[in-house]
Amino acid sequence: MSCNIGRNGRLYLNLINRLFMSDIKLAEAPPGVEGAGFFATSLDKAIGLARANSLWPLPFATSCCGIEFMATMGSTYDLARFGAERPSFSPRQADMLLVMGTIAKKMAPVLRQVYVQMAEPRWVIAVGACASSGGIFDTYSVLQGIDEIIPVDVYVPGCPPRPEAILDGVLRLQDIVKNESLNRRNTPEYKALLEKYGIHTNK
Amino acid sequence: MENGFLLEKLQGNFPAKIVEVPDAHDLLTILVNVDDIIDVLCFLKTDRELQFIHLTDITAVHYPHLEKEFAVVYHIHSLIHNIRIRVKVFLYGPNPEIPTATVVWKGANWMERETFDFFGVNFIGHPDLRRILNVDDMDVFPMRKEYPLEDPNRVDKKDLYFGR
Repeated sequence: MSCNIGRNGRLYLNLINRLFMSDIKLAEAPPGVEGAGFFATSLDKAIGLARANSLWPLPFATSCCGIEFMATMGSTYDLARFGAERPSFSPRQADMLLVMGTIAKKMAPVLRQVYVQMAEPRWVIAVGACASSGGIFDTYSVLQGIDEIIPVDVYVPGCPPRPEAILDGVLRLQDIVKNESLNRRNTPEYKALLEKYGIHTNK
Repeated sequence: MENGFLLEKLQGNFPAKIVEVPDAHDLLTILVNVDDIIDVLCFLKTDRELQFIHLTDITAVHYPHLEKEFAVVYHIHSLIHNIRIRVKVFLYGPNPEIPTATVVWKGANWMERETFDFFGVNFIGHPDLRRILNVDDMDVFPMRKEYPLEDPNRVDKKDLYFGR
């Protein structure tokens, strides 16, 4: 022992070792200006980085795609690696609605209400053929894709998709979240999109 | 209890009103006129010897090529003797009507609502005959053989894309 750094000092060194000298991967910093003791970037980018790496998922699982999502959440595929550690079973505290499975027309108003209850910013992933297009259920009782009732950001193909495909969908959504401007939700285009679905924003 | 005995007993109680359907794969199947159906169901349930106390299901079949287009089908089970019977009633379309079986079994309530929902069979005297599975504002009876299997107006599911 060369010098006495104390107990707190050792803990601190240990933490630094774990962060920088191990194979734990940290989120990449957005482009910006770096100097001694400071790092400057735009607020959009900083917020986008934070949002993309803490997407709280709301699983809306109605059939086999939901089973694949359970594997995706489990330790083997571990959705938590991407910051989606906390599946939210309340729409109020969720950012990312994952619709997995066949949505019957009778379920449509329920799904729509769940979407409306989510706070902005909110994103939607349609997982699997049924949520994306109705899948094999080309019939009178099944919604032919959830984009008939709510806007969708990412579509994951497959019947059902493998957990890798669902993870890929989440990563694609992270790209969207990282790169969207902070005031996108106040743009006329976005309001018009929601208006098209009959969802009225109070702003 | 044998099917033959059951049929004889029924025909003895309802002379010339019970017709057996042949080739029904061991499940005794009888045809009954719409006016006699409740009497027959009541007899099957309450007769001390038969005791068909369990109504398994009520459904319907659409035969678009027949003069009497609709058949309402009752599956009844005697839990005492572990024997089953199928009772069919043929009805004229397009607005078939039949008395409700809720007066015999309370459990017929939802089965008849389902049959109404999918085939449009009007169960006269039913306490609450409205749709049970489909969306409330649906204005068709989807299990009738009147519709194409796939929506011909769709543009995203053309045969071309599926190699058909």
